[in-house]
Amino acid sequence: MLRQIEKVGIQYIQPDGTLTPEGEVAWKPIERPLKIEFYKWMRKIRLFDQRSIILQRQGRIGTYAPLQGQEAAQVGSTLSLNREDWIFPSYREHGVAMIAGMPLKQILLYWMGRVEGCRPPEGVKLFPPSVPIATQIPHAAGAAWASKLKGEPSVAVAYFGDGATSEGDFHEGLNFAGVFRLPVIFFCQNNQYAISVPFSRQTATETVAEKAAAYAIRGVRVDGNDVLAVYTVMKEAVKRARTGEGATLIEAVTYRHGAHTTADDAGRYREQEEAREWVELRDPLKRYRRLLEAEGLWSEAEERDWEACCKQEIEEAVCEAESAKAPPASHLFAHVFADLPPSLVRQRESLLRQEEGR
Amino acid sequence: MAQFTLIQAINDAMRLALERDPGVVILGEDVGKNGGVFRATEGLWERFGDDRVIDTPLAEAGIVGTAIGMAVNGLRPIVEIQFLGFAYPGFEQIVSHAARLRTRTQGMFPAAMVIRAPYGGGIRAPELHSDSTEALFVHTPGLKVVVPSTPYDAKGLLLAAISDPDPVLFLEPMKLYRAVREEVPEEAYEVPIGQARVVREGEDVTLLAWGAMVPVAIAAAEEWTQKGVSCEVIDVRSLYPLDEETLVASVKKTGRAVIVHEAPRTAGVGAELAALLQEQAFLWLEAPIARVTGYDVPVPMFALEDAFRPDAYRVSEAVRQVIAF
Ligand SMILES: Cc1ncc(C[n+]2csc(CCOP(=O)(O)OP(=O)(O)O)c2C)c(N)n1
Repeated sequence: MLRQIEKVGIQYIQPDGTLTPEGEVAWKPIERPLKIEFYKWMRKIRLFDQRSIILQRQGRIGTYAPLQGQEAAQVGSTLSLNREDWIFPSYREHGVAMIAGMPLKQILLYWMGRVEGCRPPEGVKLFPPSVPIATQIPHAAGAAWASKLKGEPSVAVAYFGDGATSEGDFHEGLNFAGVFRLPVIFFCQNNQYAISVPFSRQTATETVAEKAAAYAIRGVRVDGNDVLAVYTVMKEAVKRARTGEGATLIEAVTYRHGAHTTADDAGRYREQEEAREWVELRDPLKRYRRLLEAEGLWSEAEERDWEACCKQEIEEAVCEAESAKAPPASHLFAHVFADLPPSLVRQRESLLRQEEGR
Repeated sequence: MAQFTLIQAINDAMRLALERDPGVVILGEDVGKNGGVFRATEGLWERFGDDRVIDTPLAEAGIVGTAIGMAVNGLRPIVEIQFLGFAYPGFEQIVSHAARLRTRTQGMFPAAMVIRAPYGGGIRAPELHSDSTEALFVHTPGLKVVVPSTPYDAKGLLLAAISDPDPVLFLEPMKLYRAVREEVPEEAYEVPIGQARVVREGEDVTLLAWGAMVPVAIAAAEEWTQKGVSCEVIDVRSLYPLDEETLVASVKKTGRAVIVHEAPRTAGVGAELAALLQEQAFLWLEAPIARVTGYDVPVPMFALEDAFRPDAYRVSEAVRQVIAF
């Protein structure tokens, strides 16, 4: 399994936190606030993730999909987008969602089993998490297509996992993007497992990135635990898309530290040794923090302050989500159609009568 | 005899099938090393190896499509679709091919295979995991559709499905996976496809249900029995083909019927049952047939799941309605 994934692709920050020569070049032009923002987002997202797992254990939210380990891939990619750009995530992109402007409360509501949690604030072009695998990939191609036809500069991004690359929708989406030269980015977080099934069971190719060639779009493999490399590669893909050079398939090689969801036990199918290596030696946060500290951009005190600040924000969101008024049963009918057909009006009435009779 | 839960009974049926017939293979997502996300295939990969219990790429059309090819070339594939809601990417293969190969090849290459899928609500699963779209498949000519509601039936029906010469969709009510244990014979046995099960006999009203709605119907029946109304409960069990005889005979006896399913109402299987009873037992009916169903709305996320799924209260109210008519 490890064999297939030995080469993580473009890497700018090494696991010990030092920059490669190409990394030096990429690092220099980045403004100081953005350098710090990378870290702040990664830390906040991880804290949110850890809190969510506990909330699930306490029965306060439902089954939850953790993302720990994939923060750099999400932060690096999303920070290179604009507000005008469209995002089509899967169920594991809470980090992406937060950066795009989804309030924490909404994300929590979603995992509390409330459909209101799918709805972003006005102006945030973030789709609800795609639960069926790979189905959001053609949507991103379509949104990009519309931008192109309307002559707008916005791009669209689909986020998905390595398992998704086996579905027909992946191939169809990429093919459209190639044929119509669409401003779309296909961002695969190759965390090496689709629940229990290893990457080697999804494809006989060595990489996901190489599949781009079959659709005549650009393919890049990048170290998904290296926020600088991901940011740089994504920035380039966005630029190409905006300037009419077409689509890119980005494969960010990463690893989910924990289980697939809180209903899963990764110990059944992953070697402890392998997981430990990724968690301890290749963690995206540790690596980046070392670099920031070495550059004098971050300190222990700042870490403490930021953690406290995030934790407070998260607790407030938990409070808000938990105190949100429970939806009435009639909410089932709230948005099924723009205008409710008579038969559904009758069904709603019968439900209300039943509720009264109980 | 062993005490099995419904999911253990399913596991046991597959173990027996793999043992008895070297042509039987299981394919699906996470069915191997992980033993299935619900543990339906637990222990089978260890025992029968990677060529018999196969973790496939994440591709339902690919899984169903290759299983069809395997079936026509002499194997007996059992496909696991992780949740019924994820059968849709494979729908094309099920509907356009598995179901009509026998017809299209005039009997030359029938696709004898089983497609297993957990389905239905009640376990607070994430979005889109709780669909009950059995009607889509019942409406597909050439496909058989069965739903066990007890461990005994689960084992016997699955073995019957595996030996059936036609494609069978085997739906597994997730809510009942671990709800009860029951004595299940160790040896292989079959519960014939096409037969309903009379769960309890009664004189005044017939309750028709399947899957996770069977215990709900039983609860409502018990309530009314205590009030002196005797309810017959029938587990329809085989949605296609239907056991017309048993259903019609029961309604002729009681004169009243309440049909319960958790799928949306419009064009659900309940509508077909109501039409059937109307055609064959019209003169015996004392009241219009009542349906207790999910609403015609997307199956909600779990915060509203209880409002969507029929419960004993709603079934009781329908019983009241057909009695009072
Ligand atoms: C069409 C479809 N089939 C099966 C599933 C069940 N399922 C949920 S997540 C998952 C694995 C997805 O793996 P991958 O695409 O690599 O993404 P990751 O979870 O690793 O982020 C499976 C099989 C599903 N959600 N949709």
